[in-house]
Amino acid sequence: MRYFFAIAFLFCSLTFVHAQYQIGDKVDDFSLKSTDGDYVSMSDYKGAEGYIIIFTCNHCPYAIAYEDRIIELHNEMESKGFPVIAINPNDPEAQPDDSFEKMKERAEEKGFPFKYVLDEGQEVYPKFGAERTPHVFLVDKNRVLQYIGAIDDNYKSEEAVEKQYVRDAIQAIKAGEKPRPNTTKAIGCTIKTS
Amino acid sequence: MKEKFLVLTLILSFLGSTFAQEANDLKVFDFEELQEYLPGDENQLVILNFWATWCKPCVKEMPYFQELSEKYASDESVLVILVSLDMESQLESRLIPFMKKHKLHPDVVVLDDPDANRWIDRVDPSWSGAIPATLFYKGDRRKFFQQSFHSVKELETIIQTF
Repeated sequence: MRYFFAIAFLFCSLTFVHAQYQIGDKVDDFSLKSTDGDYVSMSDYKGAEGYIIIFTCNHCPYAIAYEDRIIELHNEMESKGFPVIAINPNDPEAQPDDSFEKMKERAEEKGFPFKYVLDEGQEVYPKFGAERTPHVFLVDKNRVLQYIGAIDDNYKSEEAVEKQYVRDAIQAIKAGEKPRPNTTKAIGCTIKTS
Repeated sequence: MKEKFLVLTLILSFLGSTFAQEANDLKVFDFEELQEYLPGDENQLVILNFWATWCKPCVKEMPYFQELSEKYASDESVLVILVSLDMESQLESRLIPFMKKHKLHPDVVVLDDPDANRWIDRVDPSWSGAIPATLFYKGDRRKFFQQSFHSVKELETIIQTF
């Protein structure tokens, strides 16, 4: 019996360390409260071809630099079956500017056309392995992770963008191909925990 | 009255020009320029801290890098360089005032290279791009940390390993 616990414990700790999704993994659905007041899950989007899950927030200058582009991305891609779901992964205790109330204000000010939800209890972002804001996870209709990374290759200027990573990845998925690249990096703010 | 006004104008324009001078003096690099700028002396340990004024945990750990830089000021064996990722539009409004307010001792350079996917792995493949992040290198030896530091002692312990 003692061995069983020892093994179970070992197994749990190993799973904990390796719990982050990798490209090709099926991701769990979630149910998170949105600024509209309802709870949002991927399964709510009937007929979706995939989901653009973006860990983002109010306070981070890089997240702010991408706000308008995230709005455009949703407006363009929702009708093609790929809605944006924006998840704020920060603990409001550690970053008061990212409180649920402030999220509601921001969503209203900017007129976010997509769902903006709070990772209350911070249980979702560690599973995805999100490390910064903004950080994109693109999953297909079977909820298989296809792309992780940046929205495009220039945070500073939309006009100067040469590679539209997320749009290109969606195009690849629609064509039945694997996105290339399937992982990119960008500078961002650390996710805030208490 | 006229004279007073003239003096005031002179003082103001003088202040204005010193300020502009400081903004011009700030070293703003793309990644290749930064690489060229960095010292590569085999006997010197270089500590590169990637930070920004808007990054709370970066600002919190700044005093430790400050203290370290002051401690090794006369000793060339350790050099601290602060690589700011503040946005170009915020250099005058945020970075320069921050540098003045805190009398930052280490050398500050701005890395302005928006296609970060191109260079993040070249700093270290384990870096996700989140800041703060710190690279220690001496000759070919290097150690990278994507984390915050909580004391000078913590930094000194790493220095000892080189």
